[in-house]
Amino acid sequence: MTDVGRHPNIKMLTMSEVVGIKGYVGNFKVEILKRARYVDESECTACGDCVKVCPVVRSDEFNEGLSSRKAIYSPFPQAVPSSYLINVNECLGHNPSVCSKCLDACDKKCIDFQMSDEKIVEEIGTIIVATGLEPYDPKELDEYGYTRYENVLTSLEFERLVNAGGPSQGEPIRPTDRKTPKSVGFIQCVGSRSARRGSEYCSNTCCMNTVKSSLVLKEHYPDIDIKVFYVDIRAFGKGFEDLYMRSKRYGVQYLRGLPGTVEELDDSSLRVAVENTATGKVEYHDLDMLVLALGMKPAKSTQRLQEMLGLQLNPDGFYLEAHPKLQPVDAATRGIFFAGCAEGPKDIKESVTQASAASVRAIRLMHKGEISAEPITSEIIEENCKFCGKCAEVCPYNAISLNKEKKIPASVNTAACSGCGTCAAECKFDAIIMNHFTDDQINSQTDAMLVEEPESKIVVFACNWCSYAGADYAGVSRFQYPPNARLIRTMCSGRVDEKFIMRAFEKGAPVVLVSGCHIGDCHYIDANKWTEKRIIKLQGKLEKIGIRPERLQLEWISAAEGMRFADVMRQMEDLRKSVSSEEIAETIEILENRKK
Amino acid sequence: MQVKSMTSADSEKQARIGVYVCHCGLNISKTVDCAKVAEVSKELEYVVEAKDIAYACSEPGQKEIVDGIIDNDLDRIVVASCSPRLHEPTFRQMLQKADLNPYMLEMANLREQCSWVHMSEPEAATRKALDLVKMSVSRAALLWPLFEETLPLTKRTMVIGGGVAGIQAALDLADNGYEVVMVEKNPSIGGTMAKLDKTFPTMDCSI
Repeated sequence: MTDVGRHPNIKMLTMSEVVGIKGYVGNFKVEILKRARYVDESECTACGDCVKVCPVVRSDEFNEGLSSRKAIYSPFPQAVPSSYLINVNECLGHNPSVCSKCLDACDKKCIDFQMSDEKIVEEIGTIIVATGLEPYDPKELDEYGYTRYENVLTSLEFERLVNAGGPSQGEPIRPTDRKTPKSVGFIQCVGSRSARRGSEYCSNTCCMNTVKSSLVLKEHYPDIDIKVFYVDIRAFGKGFEDLYMRSKRYGVQYLRGLPGTVEELDDSSLRVAVENTATGKVEYHDLDMLVLALGMKPAKSTQRLQEMLGLQLNPDGFYLEAHPKLQPVDAATRGIFFAGCAEGPKDIKESVTQASAASVRAIRLMHKGEISAEPITSEIIEENCKFCGKCAEVCPYNAISLNKEKKIPASVNTAACSGCGTCAAECKFDAIIMNHFTDDQINSQTDAMLVEEPESKIVVFACNWCSYAGADYAGVSRFQYPPNARLIRTMCSGRVDEKFIMRAFEKGAPVVLVSGCHIGDCHYIDANKWTEKRIIKLQGKLEKIGIRPERLQLEWISAAEGMRFADVMRQMEDLRKSVSSEEIAETIEILENRKK
Repeated sequence: MQVKSMTSADSEKQARIGVYVCHCGLNISKTVDCAKVAEVSKELEYVVEAKDIAYACSEPGQKEIVDGIIDNDLDRIVVASCSPRLHEPTFRQMLQKADLNPYMLEMANLREQCSWVHMSEPEAATRKALDLVKMSVSRAALLWPLFEETLPLTKRTMVIGGGVAGIQAALDLADNGYEVVMVEKNPSIGGTMAKLDKTFPTMDCSI
C-alpha cells in the first residue's frame, strides 16, 4: 500500500469517483470528482492533535462499528494517504462560536474549511476496473438473529476483533460481556449458494476464511471449542487442503448442515438448532459466539460504471469478461480490463494474479505508443447529402459535423466514429456508407437466407456485443432451440435499417427479430435508443399498410443471457407458426404494390 | 456504388472465393455434415474452391487455407467454423500472411450458433449450416478491402479501485514505466483486504 503512495508514476486520487468518460481506446477523457478532504493531504503529518480536541464521536466504519472515531480522523493506522480528513456532515463547523477546536490544535495549519470538491479531467489510454466487492448484508436471514443478538457477528466484524489494530487489540471478546468466548460457531454460505435469499453463486473465499479464523483462534486458545456449520467445505486451492486438515487436527468440528434457528439464552450465549445431514438428526449446540461467513456481492458502483463504460454484466451482477477462458481479464470493450472481485468473487492470490494479468494486457496495448483503429466506420457520399443533419443528431459520439445553412455536407471524424452504423440506418437519402456493414452486404445475407423455403425461417438481426454474443453463449452452454433461426450480425442494433426489415418481408420472411443490448447497456453509448424508436415506428407503419406488426419483434438480449436467447428463439418459432403462407403472399403483394 | 475506400480495381474484378468448412474435431462435424456443406458450397456463385478441414484454426489448417488462396488466386474467403467473436482475429492475421486484406474474410458461425444448439437435429443443422455458408458467400462477394488507421495513444492507465487488485495492477504498470492514475472512493486505499487480519494460505498479515 505504501508503495503506491510514494511511487513516482502513480497519481493517487482518494475520495474520488469517476463521473464521466468520453473517447475510445487509447484516448479516453475521464472526468473525476474528488471530494474535499478539508485537510491538506501533503502537509498533514498525522500527529493526531486534532483528534484529541474534536468533540464529535461517531461509529468507526473501518472497525465495522465496533469502535468509535471522531469527525476528524484517519481511517485506520496504516492508511494511505496517512492524512486525516473531516467528515463534513458530522463536523460541527468552523464557526469559532460553534467549535473550530481542530483548527486551533493543528500546529501545521493544514485544516482548510474552504476546501471544495474538485472536478479533475485525466487523459487516459487504458482502464483497469478493480472496483472490488460489497459484503452480503445478512439481516434478511432473520433466523440467524444478526443485529437481534449482540453475540452474532459477521465474518468481517470478527476480522476486526481478532486484529491487533482492532477495537479489542486482537482479543476475540464477546460483545455482551467482553470476555473471551469458550465456544465459537461459524455458519457458512451466508448469502451464497441459495436460490431464495442472497445469491446462487459460491463466494469462493468464505470456506477458507473460516478455516483461517478457526486456526487463528486455536493458535491463541487451544482449548476453545469451535464448530463450523457448512454445506460443503471447498478447499480447492494450493495449500488449502493442508490448512483445512490442520484445522481438523486442532480439534475444530465441522458439522454438515446449516442452522435452522438461533436463539439467545439467559447468559447471552446462543442455541443453534441444526439438522446434521451426515447423521440425519436435529442437534442443538450452545455457543458463546456465532460468526456468519458472509458472501460477496458486486460493488455498489458496478452498474453505474458499467453504463458509463458500456460494459456487460453476468446475471449475478459482476462484470462479464470477453471470454471466460481465453480473455479472462479483458472487457469486450477494447482498452478496458478487469482485476479482482469486480469480475467475480475471488481470494487475494487470485486477485493479485488477475491484476498482474490485467496490467500486462494494458501494456501490450500501449507499448507501441499508437493504436490501430478498426476501419469499420461510416463514410459520407457527399453528392447524396441533403444537409438534414439527422446523422449528426443520432451519432452517439458527435463524430459527424455538417453545416445546414452553408450547405456543407456531413463529414465523419473517423477517429471518433466507433462504427455503430446508426447514422447510415437513419439517413433517408442513402448518403452514408457503413464500411463492412453496407446495405448491400447485409441485404445479400437476407436474400441468400430466403431463397429457399422462406416461410420456414426466422430472420434475426443481432448486435455483435450483446445479442450475437448471447447466441454464442447459448451455444457454449448447449441450450437447444429451433434450428430455423438465422442470424445476421451487425455491430449495433442501431445499424438495422428499416429497409433491411422490409427487404426480409418482401422476400417472404414470416417473422423478423431485431435484438440488441438492453437499454443502458449499449456498447455504443445509447445508439440502441434509436433502434427502439425505429422499430416502434415501423411496427406502426406495418399495421397501417396491412401487415401484422407482431411479425416484427424487438428484444434486448445481453451477452450473458444465453438461456434467454434460446427462450426468445422458441417464442419466435411459435410466432412464425402463426404466420400462414397466405399471409406471407399477401405481405409480398402489399409491398410490391407499394413499390409501384 | 463508389466510395473512397473502394478502389475501382476491386469493384470491377470478379470475386474469387474460397470456402473452408471446419470440423472443429467433432464439435461441428458430429452434428453437421461438413463434407456435404463443402460439396454444395462449390456450386455457389464466385466460389472457386471449397473444402472441409479438421481444425481450421490450427497451424496445418491455416496452412491449407493459405495454400488454397495462393494456388487458386483467391481474393477473399469464407471460414465456416466457430464464432467470429472467437477467431476472427486469427483468420484476419492469416489473410495477411497470404497477402490479402484482412477484411476480405467472412465467417459462418457453425459451432456456437449451429452444431452446439441443434445437437439432436443433425439434418436440420446441416440445412442451417448450408444457409449460413450461402449467406456468408453472398456477403463475401460484396466485401472490399479496408485499411486500419493508426491513432496516437496516451500511455497512461486509470485504475478504478484501490483494493488489493487495484494496488497490484497499479504497481505492475508503474514499475514498467507507465503512468497510473488510481481512483479510490474511500479516504484510504486498501479496500476490503485492509480490514482482514490474517490471510490464507500463508496466514500472514494482510497489510
